[in-house]
Amino acid sequence: MKEQKNIFNRQPDRSKYPAKKKNGKLDIDLSSGKFVKLWHGPNHPGVTGNMAIELTLSGDEIVDAKTHVGYLHRGFEKLMERRLWIQCFPTCIRMCVAEPDYNEYLLAKSAEELSGIEVPEMAEWLRTLVLEMARLQSLLRTVPGQAGTLSLGIGVQWGVYLRDLVLDLFEELTGGRVYHMYIIPGGVRGLLPDGFKKRMEEVLGKIDEFVKNIENLMFNNIVFKKRTKGVGYIKPSWVNKYGIVGPNARAAGFKRDVRKDYPYLVYDKLDFDITHETDSDIFARSMIRKKELVLTLDLIRQIMAKMPKKGDIKAQTPNVLHWKIPAGETYVRSESSRGEYGFYTVSDGSTKPRRINLRGPSYTHAVVLLEKLLINANIADVHSIMVSLQTCPPEIER
Amino acid sequence: MEKKNKSSIVNIKSSIIDDIKSRFEITDIVHRRDNMTFVTCEKQKTIALITHMKTNLGFKHFVLLTAVDWIEDGKFQLTYILNNPKQKLDIAVRTMISREEATMETAHKLWKQIATYQRELKEMFGIDFPGSPRVDENFILEGWNDIPPYRRDFDTKVYAEETFFPRPGRKTNDPAEYMKKNLHK
Repeated sequence: MKEQKNIFNRQPDRSKYPAKKKNGKLDIDLSSGKFVKLWHGPNHPGVTGNMAIELTLSGDEIVDAKTHVGYLHRGFEKLMERRLWIQCFPTCIRMCVAEPDYNEYLLAKSAEELSGIEVPEMAEWLRTLVLEMARLQSLLRTVPGQAGTLSLGIGVQWGVYLRDLVLDLFEELTGGRVYHMYIIPGGVRGLLPDGFKKRMEEVLGKIDEFVKNIENLMFNNIVFKKRTKGVGYIKPSWVNKYGIVGPNARAAGFKRDVRKDYPYLVYDKLDFDITHETDSDIFARSMIRKKELVLTLDLIRQIMAKMPKKGDIKAQTPNVLHWKIPAGETYVRSESSRGEYGFYTVSDGSTKPRRINLRGPSYTHAVVLLEKLLINANIADVHSIMVSLQTCPPEIER
Repeated sequence: MEKKNKSSIVNIKSSIIDDIKSRFEITDIVHRRDNMTFVTCEKQKTIALITHMKTNLGFKHFVLLTAVDWIEDGKFQLTYILNNPKQKLDIAVRTMISREEATMETAHKLWKQIATYQRELKEMFGIDFPGSPRVDENFILEGWNDIPPYRRDFDTKVYAEETFFPRPGRKTNDPAEYMKKNLHK
């Protein structure tokens, strides 16, 4: 009797794959009928933000991928060169919609470092709180978002509801839901409102429940495991070669975290360990982000418990309409939910910045790394791989 | 303990700076923080310097590459920021290139993501990196015919006024004047 082949384990026919030309480019002849071009985005529900991936397929397997950005370019870096330093705050926050507070912090930090301004301790605690709240609301989208890529949409609905509760807290503290402009040069805009700690604890309690549910929905779910284990594998040797940072590097076994390695604000007064995994696939990256979520809940509770009751929240700064920042340049960094997020700032001694350049993690993750990871991947995994890198197009095109 | 760590970082940094100073004639050394220093190097020696830092001095992590337009001096400043993850040190290498002949040796073989930075610099500043992969392909802009928009002589306001149709009845205020008038009476 003839042995029946298992069609699900069939190996692809490698003879169809494109050979490389002498100049190193792939020899893809679309007229041969062996390959198909498919645009994944920009108008596609399965793409993160405003970007597109130009895929070349052989059957359902990807042989070439190119990232295209520019659908959201507003020239923020250029616009800031025309504005006073204080006017740059409402501009810079829009460079990353997912976590705008890091932009405020880094711009304020750059101006303070170049001017030699010391920020009061109370303001440092409040800044740390706001940055961790920003991480929390970002992870409430990203962690269940990974489940959403595999049609486990209920997790996304839980996350959206809880994120809204965090945005309520932001609104109470800063007056804004998505963009806050709470961090200003020299400090922050205000103290915690009365009863804020109690309301914060109520929200954190609900997120604790969510973590238990997401554990069952994702990490104890056979569908999720089958679709994510061994898929989108990042070799540890690529971490330095491709500039991989944050959770994507930590999932590959690299214990790197700006909060520990280059302590800023009050992170040196908080007790925490760097999250760590070794498998470096989508499952490991999802697990890292879930651990980060738990860590953020813990850090917010620590901040609430250790924060001074009162104190100055702003250092003396010159009149912001005439403030000339001394000439010089600096690079400051922080750990966003996606990894190292930094500002390179140059001042020529005038009232406006000479140059501000954002170093966002997606600049490498969504371009060279994603293009590399998608080769030989199945078309059904494109979305999961992309979301697992937590790509954010606005920070690529600024 | 913290003081000890701080002094050891400063010692390591000075030995690294001494090493590159003896080999590459770096100038304008600015110590921004204990773990961050800016140096300037000649255009011809810059790629050799960052290759040496990567290969022999442990600067394995490439942070960023960007440009600053010093139009008054007729120069572009290219800044390469390198990080040593083990020693937790940053060294930024600056090099000045002519605005008229804006070309620089490519560094894409050192780190994969550099090709993307160079592609962006070609598009936004008009700085060429011959030999860099896909350097001539559009990155962010599409069908752009004007001068590279991140150059200082490109005026965003004039461009917007000439390109976009003004909405009838809309008032425009200079932000600085508006703030002076309304917020600081």
